[in-house]
Amino acid sequence: MKVMISAFVAALVIAYTAPAVLNQFGWSSADQTSAESVRLD
Amino acid sequence: MTKRLLSVASLMLVMLLINPAWAQDAPEVDRTATGGAQTLEDIMARQQQMKVDERFRSENTGNPANAAPTTDQLGSRGGVSDAENWRGIRYNETDIRTQSRGPAANVLIQDGGMPWYKLREGPVIRYGGGALLGLIVLLLVFYLVRGKIMIEGGPAGTTIERFKAIERFGHWLLAGSFIALGLTGLLTLMGRSFLIPVLGPEVFATLAAGSKWLHNNIAWAFMLGLVMTFIMWVTHNIPNKLDWQWIKVGGGIFTKSHPHAKKFNAGQKVVFWTVMLLGASVSLSGLSLLFPFQIPMFSDTFGFVNSVLGTSLPTNLTPHEEMQYANLWHSIVAFVMMLAIIAHIYIGTVGMEGAYDAMGNGQVDLEWARQHHDLWVAEVEAKQGKGDSSS
Repeated sequence: MKVMISAFVAALVIAYTAPAVLNQFGWSSADQTSAESVRLD
Repeated sequence: MTKRLLSVASLMLVMLLINPAWAQDAPEVDRTATGGAQTLEDIMARQQQMKVDERFRSENTGNPANAAPTTDQLGSRGGVSDAENWRGIRYNETDIRTQSRGPAANVLIQDGGMPWYKLREGPVIRYGGGALLGLIVLLLVFYLVRGKIMIEGGPAGTTIERFKAIERFGHWLLAGSFIALGLTGLLTLMGRSFLIPVLGPEVFATLAAGSKWLHNNIAWAFMLGLVMTFIMWVTHNIPNKLDWQWIKVGGGIFTKSHPHAKKFNAGQKVVFWTVMLLGASVSLSGLSLLFPFQIPMFSDTFGFVNSVLGTSLPTNLTPHEEMQYANLWHSIVAFVMMLAIIAHIYIGTVGMEGAYDAMGNGQVDLEWARQHHDLWVAEVEAKQGKGDSSS
């Protein structure tokens, strides 16, 4: 039971930290927006 | 015979799912009245779900040689007309240049969107959801008919370690994340149809945003759990002759016999390989969806399938079509996994006395182990010396 709960907690910790880790590796969902990619000049 | 019929029915279901254009060909149309352009018959044929040969317009994207001289009336645009330009854009025959440099920026029109949407909102939900409900009803009936599979002669009262803590951790990491992914995935797929009418758009929007966040991020835990369990259990899941004996008696589920089995029986091996292969596939399509337009897979996959099977699956896909195929594949594979896992959860909990302990605290009753995994017990006892198992 303890192992099961610790695995569930680990899954949530991984989910919570995933965006920050991805950001560290250079991928951020913000990069996928068109704000900087659409230019009229 | 029944197995054959079931196989044919399954194959047909798969074909229906993967082939949205399962439609009758539209009859030949005389287009002289419109100068070769679309006619009312074409529109009516599409409305009747017939397959219209689009070459009359996909190949009619302008020929500069036939153009009126620019000095003539209506000839000022040179070689092609507006309509021809737009057809060229739609059928990917025009070299598009845009100022936007974002992914897929040079695709102005892609008309795979509606078939994708209709397939996703129609057969995927209908057959996928129906199969889940059908299996749950089937298991309920099975439980009422067969009842719980009990330990013959009752528990021994002594236990043997079935899974170490690290094995159970990997299992529950995979299981917990899969259940979260399944529920949030179903909510994303079916919420528009079933939850908005009940909860209203405001509540659903919050729920859907939370589901999307959880689905996208807990996927990493699923992939880690998949790798962990693969490494820990793959050697125990390599098929052998014993599995065939187990399959021939259906695991003894109806005959109430106990075929020989090592650490994992043939049924468990089927679940293992289903989870590993489909899990890898659903992860790959998930990554493709998680990083939009960065990991296209279907053009190459279709090209490979065409070269092996001689089929003519499309290989010139727009970035959006890649995403649409990834989305459909992701849903279909996830449904098949959910079916396998529901059956696995049943047999691991209410379906069999003593089975849950294996993943609960890692210790199973020795009599249960002898009845379901006799050769594994013999191996463990040979290693440890008889009577040395924990109690």
